[in-house]
Amino acid sequence: MSIQLGIAVTHLVNRKRPTLVSLVGIVLGVAFFLAVSSLMRGSERDFIKRLIDNSPHITVSDEYRNPRVQPAALRWPEGAVEVRRVKPLNEVRGIRGHAQKLAFIESLPGLRVAPVLTGSVVLAFAGRTQGVTLTGAVPSQMKRVSTIGEKLIEGSLDALASNPNGLIVGVGLAKKFSLRMGSVVNVASAANEARALKVVGIFRTGGASYDETQTFVSLKRAQNLLDRTNRINRFIIQLDDPYRARDAAALIENRTGYKSVSWLEASEDLMSVLLVRNIIMYSVVSAILVVAAFGIYNTISTIVMEKTHDIAILKSMGFHARDVRRIFLVEGIMLGAIGSVMGVLVGLGLMGVLGQVSFKPPGATQVVNLPLYWGFEQYLLAAGFAMISAVGASYLPARKAGRVQPVAILRGMG
Amino acid sequence: MSAVLAAEGVGRVLPGEIPVTLVQDVTVAVERGEFAVIMGPSGSGKSSLLYLLGLLDTPTSGRVLLEGQDTSGFGEDELASTRLRKLGFVFQFHFLLAEFSVLDNVLLPVRRLGELAEDAARQRAETLLDQFGLRDHRHKRPHQISGGQRQRAAIARALANDPSVILADEPTGNLDTQSGANVRQILRDLTHDFGKAVIAVTHDLTFAKAADRQIGIVDGRIDPGWRM
Repeated sequence: MSIQLGIAVTHLVNRKRPTLVSLVGIVLGVAFFLAVSSLMRGSERDFIKRLIDNSPHITVSDEYRNPRVQPAALRWPEGAVEVRRVKPLNEVRGIRGHAQKLAFIESLPGLRVAPVLTGSVVLAFAGRTQGVTLTGAVPSQMKRVSTIGEKLIEGSLDALASNPNGLIVGVGLAKKFSLRMGSVVNVASAANEARALKVVGIFRTGGASYDETQTFVSLKRAQNLLDRTNRINRFIIQLDDPYRARDAAALIENRTGYKSVSWLEASEDLMSVLLVRNIIMYSVVSAILVVAAFGIYNTISTIVMEKTHDIAILKSMGFHARDVRRIFLVEGIMLGAIGSVMGVLVGLGLMGVLGQVSFKPPGATQVVNLPLYWGFEQYLLAAGFAMISAVGASYLPARKAGRVQPVAILRGMG
Repeated sequence: MSAVLAAEGVGRVLPGEIPVTLVQDVTVAVERGEFAVIMGPSGSGKSSLLYLLGLLDTPTSGRVLLEGQDTSGFGEDELASTRLRKLGFVFQFHFLLAEFSVLDNVLLPVRRLGELAEDAARQRAETLLDQFGLRDHRHKRPHQISGGQRQRAAIARALANDPSVILADEPTGNLDTQSGANVRQILRDLTHDFGKAVIAVTHDLTFAKAADRQIGIVDGRIDPGWRM
């Protein structure tokens, strides 16, 4: 053990109460840091998981990120003549050559894709009408990319395959229209197509708007109703690793030319809210440790004041200023290190207790536990911040100790 | 004999609105094996001169030579290292660190110097304590032994790194007659038996008489006509 460490240990051991108070401050600071960080990051991950689970990781739509340039503008970019009132040809919207594009997307590793056709229709039943979104999909493909099958509280997605006139509605819409399994509703589209469809499934996602306005039919039925035979206007893609979505979307957009939006891009505002929330959370929990660091500052400052004579003696003996500084920095490091280790243990206990807390949120059907994050990096972060605080708190008294002039003290003592 | 420690025209002025002169134009040399005392009235600059000779303070004029080496260009770290290796201090109050045992107090400078392995360092410290009759007290804290024993422990600590010069500031000023005589004899033996130079500040006439030389100082200057 170095001489500086020996003196530092002796100082702390001989001042049990202030040392203990400083330690308790750091222990509680680290423990609360961990508990709050674990809760906040747990809820963040829970939120992102729901976001990832309930929405496509990538949606390729029949739109372009930037409007296509007219051939004439490409041919004569500096042209001085402008042709006005040019009307584009009416065309059936959808992804062109979707079979080839689907084959390309399916060739990419680690993803699953389902082609769908989505449009707006009017639903009429018992004298009530409402515009809803109609999504046509192949049930077996849809199951691979969507959790909608798991959200069905009645019926099944496969019923769309067995019944070409089957319709799946959300619980909100079913309630609004007093629909039940087997109810027959009229569905009409802007393409002057109408059809009577039978309710073969009712889902509940928990999103009120989605549950009131979203409906599902088979892909063929949607193509008939929207008058887009053999067309699809979206690819819904799920990835094994959702965090690859941005890169994969860029690759698909680059190759297909159609706008590919990853869930990260679609949720950028939410992600920035989460970032701000994290900054606020870490600022608050770090403030706890800064306050705890004042305890260390107080303890070490007191030791420096009490030990001014000893410091003068050590320096007269031949100790360098840096030796003296090191003694008090080591005291801060020891308090920080011991406090961090104990704080992590107490924090783990606290997290264990929080993990046992279960409750039923208003409107929910299931009891939920507090979402906790147990990732290793937050322990390092808490301990690291505690160490920085402790070293920072001991630096000023240590510097003061290093500047003690032995002659001034010895004269006063003599 | 050669001067182990010498001051050449040394002066020390404390800066301020009204500068205070502590020591002025002092030239003095102490030989190896010499026991010299600095005497003078209170406030005459005895301790200030001792601190300058002990490299605890730096002169504002003149220079201090230790073993022939001019120390005037030394930085704070170099002065500290020189004190650690070549000088030992004994003060009026023992100034042992209260939280350490007598043995650990003696070990402090040895451990800081770091030239001896732990076993050898302990051996050296125990030998010194043995010489000063403190072997049985080595594990005691300073407050558990008498004033005379503490001062002997402080001398043992001063000798721990085998310095060439011992500087003592009123080493018997806080001791009873018997303990004072004991300390005086130890310092005396250090010069005669071990060739150390001892420079001590004292008011104690008996102590001063035991020295080889008495240096008088009045108003910060050496008084050539000083008589005890």
